[in-house]
Amino acid sequence: MNRSLLISLSVLVLALSGTVRGDTDAEVQARKDALDLAAAFSNDGFKVRDGYWCGVAKPHDHSLVAVNLYAGNQYWFSAGTTEPAKKIAVSVYDETGKQVTTDSYDNGERAAAGFAPSSSGQYFVSVDLLEGEQSSFCLVYSYK
Amino acid sequence: MPSSQQPRETKKEPRQPSEIHIGNFAGTRIVSAMIRLAGLGVIVLAGGILVTVGAETGRIPADQLAKAARNESISIPTPGELFTALEKSGKINWAGQYRGPIPVTYSNRAQIALNLGGLIADGFIAVEAKDGQQVKNIGSDIIKLAKALGVSEKLLGRGSSINEFAENNEWDTLQEELEATQNEVKSSMQSHADQDLVILVTLGGWVRGTQVVTSAIVQNYNEQSAKVLRQPALVHFMQSKINEISPELRNEPLVKDVNEALGKIEKLVSFPEGKAPDVEQVRKINQAVGKLMEEIESKEAPK
Repeated sequence: MNRSLLISLSVLVLALSGTVRGDTDAEVQARKDALDLAAAFSNDGFKVRDGYWCGVAKPHDHSLVAVNLYAGNQYWFSAGTTEPAKKIAVSVYDETGKQVTTDSYDNGERAAAGFAPSSSGQYFVSVDLLEGEQSSFCLVYSYK
Repeated sequence: MPSSQQPRETKKEPRQPSEIHIGNFAGTRIVSAMIRLAGLGVIVLAGGILVTVGAETGRIPADQLAKAARNESISIPTPGELFTALEKSGKINWAGQYRGPIPVTYSNRAQIALNLGGLIADGFIAVEAKDGQQVKNIGSDIIKLAKALGVSEKLLGRGSSINEFAENNEWDTLQEELEATQNEVKSSMQSHADQDLVILVTLGGWVRGTQVVTSAIVQNYNEQSAKVLRQPALVHFMQSKINEISPELRNEPLVKDVNEALGKIEKLVSFPEGKAPDVEQVRKINQAVGKLMEEIESKEAPK
């Protein structure tokens, strides 16, 4: 069983488990989109974490989650959202709140930030709504 | 926060990749989605749509950082992430980090949860060592301990998968399977009103992972690898989760000892940003987590 198939199946399982857990349809869709995007990075050797964070992206607001990263690893943080959100962005901040330099990928309702920390410790990932109205989003991350 | 504080203007406009629409969740659609995903991967990674943010312009104030979500499934790294980082600075003798079999007949639920986490970390070590038999042995012990907690039904399938992947040398898949196993254990605990035990599984994995990593660094010290040990916020978060569990469980001798030890370990893993601990500092962390691991796996621990 190859990795792409596993990831695709996990999309299905997550969707079904989401239904059982009472996640909204929008959250399930956002998770699926985030996993789809993360799957693209797995072609370059990134392993997708079996964890996620869902929330609501609002205009003029940072949706922040704390993560703990290791120096030496490379990370991609991938987020998906659904209508009425039109465009989101993902950014990374260090433990003092200063934005760090990242690679970025933006495609409307999907966005990702790539980062290789030189220092281990706590960082913050922000999902921001750039265009459209507030909506559910989901964030997953991958590393290598 | 006002939008003017957001660093949007620094980003170049990326080219858009092909859209992927998996559609509904029917199996036939998934196969076609896989093909599209592979295509997207090529486009994303080879097509040059990745752009670098040119400047560090944004800052988020401390009060907003304090309100950031902290989610156990994403804020706490897996042992696999730690081991991946360690490997970047040189080849590691993973098989040299094995420990002897631990008892799988504990009666104290907190101790079972902590050891379950430790065993899952052992599974990650065996995967790094690419040792199929060791993976199978550990997978079997994980199922035994999970059974003792009453969370085994779904996990039996996981055990079979672990064996199958180990036999086929599918190491990346095995790592994902181990993480999924850990999450399934936690999910099952939540549905069995054992929510308080979940953090203990995570903690057991972190303690065992840190024991192994510090041991490997002491054996072959270099600054780059020692940098992975800077994790004060992570230890603080795990301690805060322990402080949220029921007073009854928190006051069990083993959990109490673990909590106290974490306070000391937090100080040991606090270094200035960008600075690596020296070999003596690493040794101290190794001794602290080693002592804790010894108590966790001791058959006589909870009194």
